[in-house]
Amino acid sequence: MNTHSNAAPESSGAQTIAPLAITATRPLYWSVRRELWENRSIYIAPLAAAGVYMLGFLISLAWMPHQLRHHMPADPEHPLIQLAMNYAHAGMLLSFTAFLVGIFYSLDALHGERRDRSILFWKSLPVSDRTTVLAKASIPLAVLPVIVLVLTVTVQIAMRVLTIAALLLTRGDVAREWTLPLFEMQLELVYGLIVMALWHAPIYCWFLLVSGWARRATFLWAVLPPLALAAVEYVAFRTTYLGLLLQDRLFGFSAAAFDLKDKNGVPIDAHFIPLSLFAPGRFLSNPSLWVGLLLAAGFLAAAVRLRRYQGPI
Amino acid sequence: MTVVAPPVVAQPVVAQPIIEARGLRKAFGTTMALDGIDLRIEEGRILGIIGPNGAGKTTALNAIIGLTPYQGELKVMGRDPWMERDQLMRDVCFIADVAVLPRWMRVSQALDYVAGVHPRFDRVKAEGFLAKTSIRRTSKVRELSKGMVAQLHLALVMAIDARLLVLDEPTLGLDILYRKQFYDSLLNDYYDRSRTIVVTTHQVEDVQYVLTDLMFINRGRIVLNCSMEEFESRYAEVTVNPEQVAAARGFRPIHERQVLGRSILLFDLVRDKVERQQLAALGEVRTPSIADLFVAVMGDSAGQAQGAAR
Repeated sequence: MNTHSNAAPESSGAQTIAPLAITATRPLYWSVRRELWENRSIYIAPLAAAGVYMLGFLISLAWMPHQLRHHMPADPEHPLIQLAMNYAHAGMLLSFTAFLVGIFYSLDALHGERRDRSILFWKSLPVSDRTTVLAKASIPLAVLPVIVLVLTVTVQIAMRVLTIAALLLTRGDVAREWTLPLFEMQLELVYGLIVMALWHAPIYCWFLLVSGWARRATFLWAVLPPLALAAVEYVAFRTTYLGLLLQDRLFGFSAAAFDLKDKNGVPIDAHFIPLSLFAPGRFLSNPSLWVGLLLAAGFLAAAVRLRRYQGPI
Repeated sequence: MTVVAPPVVAQPVVAQPIIEARGLRKAFGTTMALDGIDLRIEEGRILGIIGPNGAGKTTALNAIIGLTPYQGELKVMGRDPWMERDQLMRDVCFIADVAVLPRWMRVSQALDYVAGVHPRFDRVKAEGFLAKTSIRRTSKVRELSKGMVAQLHLALVMAIDARLLVLDEPTLGLDILYRKQFYDSLLNDYYDRSRTIVVTTHQVEDVQYVLTDLMFINRGRIVLNCSMEEFESRYAEVTVNPEQVAAARGFRPIHERQVLGRSILLFDLVRDKVERQQLAALGEVRTPSIADLFVAVMGDSAGQAQGAAR
């Protein structure tokens, strides 16, 4: 019997591949790439949102300079808000899109591989459960924020170039446009994206855990139990601590990370938050943040452990 | 077509066990999926595990590849598969089922990914295997036929320099051409005596000339465990002429069936101390097919189990 490999003569001899010393990060890198192959919505949805926003902006260009000159005199108290609004909305739209993508991605991440039985293939390769779960968690926590940042900055730069071009063509007030420090807004975006990822981490990680545990209806399993607990609390004690906690977890990040009042204690408009009002120290010393991160770590550890036992469903 | 002879067994000099199990148990609720399996598989063997549905084959394989916890002692290449799964997967490869490749994946992505994560994957080799099929690099798995998906999976697995390959029903639902080709490539392009293969299948006729060792399991227990040489020397099947049936039954066949009015009797030469020459007088003597022995042995053990239950 011919036991010698005669299949691929080109593979023998000089072509022998030196056993690659696979570093710890290599499986992680490829696991993240494979998530992007499978879930193209991770970049297509933010791209589409950016495209939609640009389209709207292009249409608005036709009348915006006119409007700026005649109908919207600069608010002397908040001269930058009018200008900042368009740029800020781009970041908000993209962040919100990424949040939705992250939620639905997390809900499917450890469920899809069991549903289509491909978990049997993934588990046949030397990629640990920890690497797999971390790669999946990195999508909402790291990959999506980076995508939002790159796209938003691109959109904002395009918007500024087009705005100035339009103002020049219509002999508008170019100097006024320049008073808006776009770079500062983008620093705010970087800071805000980091804050949001850390603040929302327990949400994404909880959803990941549920996706690895529930056999079906992952969305319901992820969302209804916390709501049910809040409802029980309200009915039993007429208190709303849990509900407020959930609300704070969803929307509380900006209040936690920025001083949303100026030096006179007057609430500021969040469309433009100057650098001086960033409050990273206060954010990092907020126990709520650390409790959330501990929960997130616990959910991830549970998801890793669970995946060891899980097979196809 | 070349008939692939069963690989000649290497001389049994202190062969190193690749898999060693003692008292392997696994219960699902009150059902014992594995009920005390003792097992020793040496390097270079091709073991077929045959058993009826629910016999515990997949559970046994899952324990070996660390997909399920178990009780008892189990070492795969000296490692505990459940506790040391991550390290083990560098030396063990498995196809747990047909068509578990993710349907969204492109063939080129599958190659990239496995090359990215597996230190022992030889991409050139895999490309070589694929070149012999009609699988295009740009196709998605969902666009391939079931047989082609199996070919792709086999190409990926054969390009991994693993010491142990575990195959659980790798050809289920494939037509005979794909099945034949699957085992032919496995033997011609992959197997050598430093590799060990464990396979379960219901298509026993496909693997009769592939295996070096044979194991029947039923209800979580090993019913038969022998090398193919032993199998061939130990079991004999005789097509007996009607007038000699009574005489033949005197040798205590383990199974008897009727085909076109003639009786076919299966004998265990060792257990019943029967000589081949004695049987030759009764009719044509052959080595039985694994399938026929399976029916004989399983029918028997099922009967015993029912007897025990009464």
